[in-house]
Amino acid sequence: MFQHDRLNNEITLFQKIKNLDYILLISVILLSVLSVFVMYSTDGGEILFHTKNHFVKLAVFFPLMIFVAFFNIKFWHNFSYIIYLIVILLLIYVSFFGIKSSGSQRWMDLYLFVLQPSELMKVAIIMCLAKYFHRIKIENVNSFTSITIVLSIIIIPIIFVISQPDLGTSILIALSGLIILWLGGMKIKYFIYSFITFLISLPFIISFLKPYQKLRILTFLDPDRDPLGAGYQIIQSKIAIGSGGLNGKGFLKGTQSYLDFLPEKHTDFIFTLFSEEFGFIGSVGLLILYSIIIFRIVRIGAISRSNFARLFCFGYAFAIFIYIVVNLSMVLGLLPIVGSPLPIMSYGGSSMLATMIGFGIVLSAKINHKQTIA
Amino acid sequence: MIKSNSGIRKTDVINRRMFIIGAAKVAVFVGIVARLFSLQINENKKYLTLSDKNRIREWKLPPTRGNIVDYFGNVIAGNLKVYQLHIIPEQVENFNYLLVRLKNLLDLSEKRIARIIKLKNELKPWDSIIVSENLSWSQFVKINNYLYDLVGVKPVMTISRNYPFNDVYTHVLGYVSQPNEQEILENETIQERFVPGMKIGKLGLEKRLENHLIGTNAIQRYEVNAYGKRINQLEHQKGKQGSKIRLTVDTEIQKACGELLNEKAGSISVMDIYTGDIIAMYSSPSYNPNLFLFGISQDEWQLIRNNPLKPLINKTLSGLYSPGSTIKPIVAFSALENKVVDTKFKVKCTGKMELYGQTFHCWKEKGHGWVSLKNAMKQSCDTYFYEVARLLGVDRLNITAEKFGLGKKVLGDYFDTEKKGLFPNTKWKKNNLGKGWVLGETLITGIGQGYTQTTPLQLCMMTAQIANGGYAIKPKIIVDSNPVSYEDAKQSMESGLLFDTDSEELIDKKLFKDKKNIKIVQEAMFASTNERFGTSYKSRIDDPKYQFAGKTGTAQVKRISKRERELDLELEQIPYKDRDHALYVAYGPYINPRYALSIIVEHGGSGSKAAAPIAKKLFKLIIDRHDLRNKQSNFERITV
Repeated sequence: MFQHDRLNNEITLFQKIKNLDYILLISVILLSVLSVFVMYSTDGGEILFHTKNHFVKLAVFFPLMIFVAFFNIKFWHNFSYIIYLIVILLLIYVSFFGIKSSGSQRWMDLYLFVLQPSELMKVAIIMCLAKYFHRIKIENVNSFTSITIVLSIIIIPIIFVISQPDLGTSILIALSGLIILWLGGMKIKYFIYSFITFLISLPFIISFLKPYQKLRILTFLDPDRDPLGAGYQIIQSKIAIGSGGLNGKGFLKGTQSYLDFLPEKHTDFIFTLFSEEFGFIGSVGLLILYSIIIFRIVRIGAISRSNFARLFCFGYAFAIFIYIVVNLSMVLGLLPIVGSPLPIMSYGGSSMLATMIGFGIVLSAKINHKQTIA
Repeated sequence: MIKSNSGIRKTDVINRRMFIIGAAKVAVFVGIVARLFSLQINENKKYLTLSDKNRIREWKLPPTRGNIVDYFGNVIAGNLKVYQLHIIPEQVENFNYLLVRLKNLLDLSEKRIARIIKLKNELKPWDSIIVSENLSWSQFVKINNYLYDLVGVKPVMTISRNYPFNDVYTHVLGYVSQPNEQEILENETIQERFVPGMKIGKLGLEKRLENHLIGTNAIQRYEVNAYGKRINQLEHQKGKQGSKIRLTVDTEIQKACGELLNEKAGSISVMDIYTGDIIAMYSSPSYNPNLFLFGISQDEWQLIRNNPLKPLINKTLSGLYSPGSTIKPIVAFSALENKVVDTKFKVKCTGKMELYGQTFHCWKEKGHGWVSLKNAMKQSCDTYFYEVARLLGVDRLNITAEKFGLGKKVLGDYFDTEKKGLFPNTKWKKNNLGKGWVLGETLITGIGQGYTQTTPLQLCMMTAQIANGGYAIKPKIIVDSNPVSYEDAKQSMESGLLFDTDSEELIDKKLFKDKKNIKIVQEAMFASTNERFGTSYKSRIDDPKYQFAGKTGTAQVKRISKRERELDLELEQIPYKDRDHALYVAYGPYINPRYALSIIVEHGGSGSKAAAPIAKKLFKLIIDRHDLRNKQSNFERITV
């Protein structure tokens, strides 16, 4: 056993580089390059603040991903709980000393850039739960103790995030956590029961929502209700996407974004701009690129020997999938507006940092896919 | 072993569940692609339109009104370049500061400032407020110099209506001014083309022909951003000026009418007796329509409104007068047609006539003695016409009078202020007053008093139809698309038929049974003007080129009491309001007549003294311009 471990630990740098998943890597690079161009378009065809910063962040976080990948997956397994705890501490710190902006308190100033710990939690929770389910015996998965523990792992960060308030991120954290529970073998009936409970309690949950959140739901149900107010974003977003047509209006020619009709075009609505300029073909192309990334991550999970790596990869692939689905459904008017960025494409350091770390761990799992973890 | 076993089992669980998730993922992605397809492919057109609606904003500019020209092509309602000052409230940084600056630069009154503030609160922030509609050039230059300091102010060069002949055509053309809400709602064309600052016709032909004159908006398309800021101009679509409209009127004659009625209340109408073209139609006093273009000041408005001579009333069409003796040609004609009298029939005038204990006076107290039709007309003997009317009866007289256009609108629906007037009959009295007709009323109807009410234009048309030999004409003020020339009209008329431009058919427009009867009436009118003792003998012109025939009329405005009759006061001794209206109808030249006219001077006294002399002055001009007019007839045909 030890022998085997040591053997894996002794993988040379050259082998590590050789063992990287190049299809995933190239896809991420393609996505990054694309994101810079789209950001350039949001700046109105000039290299301004957003383009510059986005590029700088990519330039820092992409090597960081490789750096993360070069750590053995066992290392990440070992530090999973600690990382989770550190992020919880950051969340606690933010809830007391965080920077306030437009009504919510989610950020901390790190001098070089502003960090949003809740974004890191999206990855940390997967690591934490993957480790838990890796270690737990399959017989104990549905025991009361373990259910209590995993639910606590999910609920604690959500309490902090939802109180920031940040509904979108809380939902994404919850979904990322739940998927590990599902993969880990929790009884299907629990999911069904809790889903029914959720439906029943929905009216009560809604009554606890903040007025602006309620408004968003109402607006989602009927965007024309208040076309210049709450429904504005959805309507303008649909107009932008719809007017893109098959081929799109062309790079830098998206009138909806160029003339400022699009809200938050750098962040949550980045797909709208992309879709307006590159049309149906471009949009499907982007979805295919994301699909390749997700598929590669799933594949890495499937070839991993350790259940930790397997659970992390499957969970992370699902998380990426969920980010995309929530974001696209939102801009396509299929879901209410909840703040959720599109991985890599959206402007935002913390989101990109978390995503790149996630990819890094996935790549580490690839490099060390033969590694078993006790 | 157990551990590894359970490990394998765990992996199986994970893989199996991952498979389920994977399938779900594919399904969701397919759903998203389907949604993209529906938005971008199926509904692409809809969203493209919406996107264009978002980014393209149109600015309509006021349309340019069509010109109105007289028969000779002189512009009588045109357009003038004016300099205006607009404020766009949303661009203004400090509204109060701006107002103070403008107040100093342009000398704006407190009232005007208050109005601007009121407008600002009423209008949308992107609607421009017109601070000044008509800046002088020096003001315009001044504003342009200080423009850097006047954020949100826009100096605009635009086009405004202009009436070069000032008050000459007011009652024909009307004027344009800012529309009120109701006027915009009433007319779809205005509604569609309205932009703030646009003027519409308020009165007269300007109002009636609004849809022809209005023109189409020039449109400027701009790409705007989400905040409504113009980013760049996409295209400029030129507007089309409204149709040019040519009237039948002659500015020289119209002007002369104005001068002849200077400081008098009254009206002059001149008409082509064959084509029905209205050569002049002047109501006095008039007012300057240019005053209304940029909002008339309260003082000026009060001056017009309170003028006792009532300039606001278009007397030619809306003034109702008793025709007085000017009705006599029709009475005589009716009696001849109905064979009640002939040229030999005589009546002895003793100055009055008794009927059922009531006395009916002739204007000549001593009486005219034995008078025939010709002499009675010449000297305007009332007694003769009392007797003729009595023999004729009001109903037969009414038929003739209505045939000649009395009691009906002359210009149809061109002027909504035009009055129908009234020529009574027994049925009318029964229906409207509920009383039976009294013979005495027939007598006074015979001398144009009583219930009879006519407009000056009706009298003019009546005279024209006697002058042209007794044929119906259709008066018009607009040269239509297919004008009938003077000669054609005359020729077709003398063949007994008239080409009706509305039904495009030749219609029998004969108003007589025996052509001889018209001739008798014409001769009597000739005598009245050109023979000794004729009532308008003093106003005659002997030169056959200008010689005209006419009939005076003096319409009482109040009943003359016995005492007043005995006093026989001079005109100046009677209060203005009680003085008689002076009337005169005439046509000329007597040989080959061409034009008819009617003149009314309100409270002018007797027709022979106050009205007939005006005709003398006018006829020379009218006849002199005939050749010019003839040459012009085919000059330009404009469709309305």
